[in-house]
Amino acid sequence: PGAVKFTFSTEHVLHKLSEGPRNHGYATREQLLDMYHKMVVIRRMETAADNLYKSKLIRGFCHLCTGQEAVCVGVEAALDAEDSIITAYRCHGFVYTRGEPVRTILAELMGREGGCTVGKGGSMHMFTHEFYGGNGIVGAQVPLGAGIAWAHKYLDRKNVCFALYGDGAANQGQVFEAYNMAALYKLPVVFICENNMYGMGTSAKRAAASVSYYTRGDYIPGLKVNGMDVLAVKEASRFAKEYVLNNGPLVMELVTYRYGGHSMSDPGTTYRTREEIQHMRSTNDAITALRDRFVKAGFGSEDELKDIDAKAKTEVEEATEWAKNSPEPKTSELWTQIYVKGSEVPYLRGRDPAEIKTFN
Amino acid sequence: RRSLATQTKALTVRDALNSAIDEEMQRDPTVMLLGEEVGQYNGAYKVSKGLLEKYGEKRVVDTPITEMGFAGMAVGAAMAGLKPICEFMTFNFSMQAIDQVVNSAAKTHYMSGGKSIIPIVFRGPNGAAAGVGAQHSQCYAAWYGSIPGLKVLSPYSAEDARGLLKASIRDPNPVVFLENELMYGVSFDVAPEVLSADYVLPIGKAKVEREGTHVTLVAHSRPVGDCLEAAKQLSTMGINAEVINLRSIRPLDMATVIASVKKTNNLVTVEGGFPMFGVGSEILAQLMESDGFDYLDSPAVRITGADVPMPYAKNLEELALPNAAKIVEVVKRQLRA
Repeated sequence: PGAVKFTFSTEHVLHKLSEGPRNHGYATREQLLDMYHKMVVIRRMETAADNLYKSKLIRGFCHLCTGQEAVCVGVEAALDAEDSIITAYRCHGFVYTRGEPVRTILAELMGREGGCTVGKGGSMHMFTHEFYGGNGIVGAQVPLGAGIAWAHKYLDRKNVCFALYGDGAANQGQVFEAYNMAALYKLPVVFICENNMYGMGTSAKRAAASVSYYTRGDYIPGLKVNGMDVLAVKEASRFAKEYVLNNGPLVMELVTYRYGGHSMSDPGTTYRTREEIQHMRSTNDAITALRDRFVKAGFGSEDELKDIDAKAKTEVEEATEWAKNSPEPKTSELWTQIYVKGSEVPYLRGRDPAEIKTFN
Repeated sequence: RRSLATQTKALTVRDALNSAIDEEMQRDPTVMLLGEEVGQYNGAYKVSKGLLEKYGEKRVVDTPITEMGFAGMAVGAAMAGLKPICEFMTFNFSMQAIDQVVNSAAKTHYMSGGKSIIPIVFRGPNGAAAGVGAQHSQCYAAWYGSIPGLKVLSPYSAEDARGLLKASIRDPNPVVFLENELMYGVSFDVAPEVLSADYVLPIGKAKVEREGTHVTLVAHSRPVGDCLEAAKQLSTMGINAEVINLRSIRPLDMATVIASVKKTNNLVTVEGGFPMFGVGSEILAQLMESDGFDYLDSPAVRITGADVPMPYAKNLEELALPNAAKIVEVVKRQLRA
């Protein structure tokens, strides 16, 4: 009730699929508002992270997903809470859509006690319910994701795992090992290549002999989807979930674009032009597209969305303050969760023989 | 004597491992076995013989020859609720997958702030085999032993193999379980309790295989047998050696080693691995940092594999590995006997 039909501007491209997802989707006003809110919050959150990094409150590696918001929001909209997701290290958006509030994500980035992994994981290693990281090793999450799907099937859960990797990771050998076994064992896993066109500073064309990532499962059916259209991502993910539960794995390429550099140390302009980035932002932005859709569908006015923008801004500002006020982890946390509590080794050594942590 | 003899039973290391896996699969339906040739072929070394018939293809899974992929999938399955036993046909091949063992299995519990646990066992033959050349003869005890988050076990006897493997499968942490190809067919007399379905050994406790007073020999895996043989020969020369079977590499039972050194005042470590940065190096370093150092009457000595890639030719291979004669020679030199 209240759902409106939306036709996608880009049709899905299929590989070895007789039938793919619809090239249109339905959404209610509330659904669009929810997606819009999430995407705006994520963009705000990443801007906050950028600022916190520049003021040296975030250390080390930090990879922002600005521009790619439709991917995590669209995927999540098609999943149940008990379905699983595992991603590469550009994971902040997914951690949010999986249910962590902005404050625990920012606190994690700042290495604080209130972080979603107690400050021990940082930008690349965040975990939450049915979210298995944030993996810092390019491609390693792909076999892990197939293994998570394996456990679902083994334990007769009717759930799936979405394993996401970038176009850079798509060339890793272990990705093809996982494809092979997932197909052999008919695992309910969706391999998602989040193609943002560049693996660090190497364009897809300079790294991959075939940039048709959706076909690179060869014997595994594939699907190429506009990753800047949140409804298309949702519709395709809904199809993919259903498909893999009945048939085994699917490769799905989501074509997207990263506005910022690879990481904080990368201005992002040595390997691509400023014009290219500007062009993508002005013609292809996922949030702008959703805003237009909302208004064109007669769901409401731009002012209403501006209220959401303002609300998101406040939400992130409050979260930033909360995170800043979260204390550093207790020093005793150095020694916890190396082994499962109650099954620790008798002792662990610190930096010298006098720094010894004993366990019972 | 006669009644005692009838109570013990001969058990090969292979059967000890097989029965341990079998019983733990029986006990817990989430325990499953995967690896190359573990199913229809019954295991490259027949450790998994009969398990496919008994538990079916769901729980005994033949994988392709793709270590990184299947090790990663096993870790993922462990994250999501299974207790996989991931067999490497030999630990030499685990190098293909070492990222998944170290970066995924060992570190995720910590990185996730405790949100994820990885109850998995990586097992298979480790160390030097016979006449298989450099790529198939290497000990990984030191490699995995250096990683926080892993437990690393290296059984010697059938009793060790059975008790430690059952303990590993029940442990909620990732465990690296280093078997030895040359020991699979070796038979040991075991006491009746070893055959009990509840038999588990504590992880991290060394076993004093032979008590002695003049020198402490510390070893793991097959070299424990060399030490026992050497101790027998030394006893004819009036030297009474204590032999410690480490059983566990991480945690390392230094308490047992130090207590022994305080009694014998002399230490020799024996292992098949390379000399540099090895298990013996670690034991000597930890002894040096402990009050056990004050009890030494002679510099502690490491007997190890030679610092060379394993040669194929028999005479060269013999020069690359420790044996009882080498241990006797070193002990005599150390004690100036």
